[in-house]
Amino acid sequence: MKRLFALLCLLLVGTLHATTPLPGDSIYQLNAQLTDQGGKTWPLDARRGQVQLVAMFYSSCSMVCPMIVDTMKLTQKSVDEADRDRLGLLLISFDPARDSVEALRQYAERRKLDAPRWTLARAEPVATRQLAALLGVQYRPLPDGDFNHSSELLLLDPDGRIVARTNIIGRLDPEFAQAVDKALHASSN
Amino acid sequence: MKWLAAILSGLLLALPAAAADYAALPGGSFPSVLPADGKAAPAQIAPFALRTEPVTNGEFLAFTLKHPEWRRDRIAGVFADGDYLSHWASADSLGGSISAAQPVTRVSWFAAEAFCESEHARLPTWYEWEYAAAADSHRADARQDPAWRERVLRWYGRPSNVPLPDVGGSPDVHGVRDLNGLVWEWVDDFNALLVGSDSRDQDGADKFKFCGAGAISMREKENYATLMRVAILSSLKAPNTTTNLGFRCARSK
Repeated sequence: MKRLFALLCLLLVGTLHATTPLPGDSIYQLNAQLTDQGGKTWPLDARRGQVQLVAMFYSSCSMVCPMIVDTMKLTQKSVDEADRDRLGLLLISFDPARDSVEALRQYAERRKLDAPRWTLARAEPVATRQLAALLGVQYRPLPDGDFNHSSELLLLDPDGRIVARTNIIGRLDPEFAQAVDKALHASSN
Repeated sequence: MKWLAAILSGLLLALPAAAADYAALPGGSFPSVLPADGKAAPAQIAPFALRTEPVTNGEFLAFTLKHPEWRRDRIAGVFADGDYLSHWASADSLGGSISAAQPVTRVSWFAAEAFCESEHARLPTWYEWEYAAAADSHRADARQDPAWRERVLRWYGRPSNVPLPDVGGSPDVHGVRDLNGLVWEWVDDFNALLVGSDSRDQDGADKFKFCGAGAISMREKENYATLMRVAILSSLKAPNTTTNLGFRCARSK
């Protein structure tokens, strides 16, 4: 069944992107399934085609994670209004045990993170660790259910290459914002 | 020549792959050099099984023949750096100077993980690995014995330009071999051991960089043999490969 699903996904993606192979340094090389706050499951490379901000988080985090979301909002606001709709915002949980679809949906509602602009997603534990490794995000579960984790915002180009990253959280990183503008302009041509 | 190689690799694939040996380890409460809560809590390790030997060149070659996306000439750059398996004669042969029984090295974390998945296993966690490596021939935890530490440190001092020995050192009390003394080994959570060098100081300049109640502080500072391993693993990125970094796999019970 799983194989059939993977095949279907492949066919689907194949028809969409048959003309241009993925670059070798694209994170979309990873064959991983994600499920979003709406309960839909899709392959990671379904994100191909748009410039996006990506961060990892967990919904029960009370300290830095809300600031990661705020920083994503700030960065999004710094973009020219005309380009803003072309910027995807993706939050991936590193706490798949507790971040169910329902938990993600509630978090999105509470923080006013509206689809389709915002995607909150979870993956199975193995895929989660692989994604973190690709994105260079470190996290470690603590016995009380919290996590130690690095806080980073990443910028992906339409082909899934990491073109910029920042660990400035809580305020706008002007250099990073510039990279976002540049990536959006490049992808509009 | 090409057809010969094809036949040979066909034969290799046809051979029933000798199933790797796994030893059962009881686990339990284990005082790790990395306290579970960042202060003093021991790690709680569930019973698991560990490969008795590191994965060899021969085993990894068979894997790449069966899963060609992990051949060194096909692998996506995002999964391994340019030195991946570069010591082999070619993408589908070891060559005369490489022993099939040597532990495979120059493999990335992604490749190691994919291999383990192919034998229905996973990479061990750091706690599982550290716990297993604490054993000697007759004790599950020999770390307080200066002889244990001495043996580990002696290996660190061995020059890395001599050929690696084959796997198959003497078994420890669990029946596991070569944990100390042959190669460094990937663990599943290699990138989560030290979440940033400044993470101990949550109120410092980096207080927004890390989230969570207590950060990791290292216990048993005298046990630098183990801490060195933590430091080396922490300095790696998942696509990295090195001349003396291999792996073995584990299974949950």
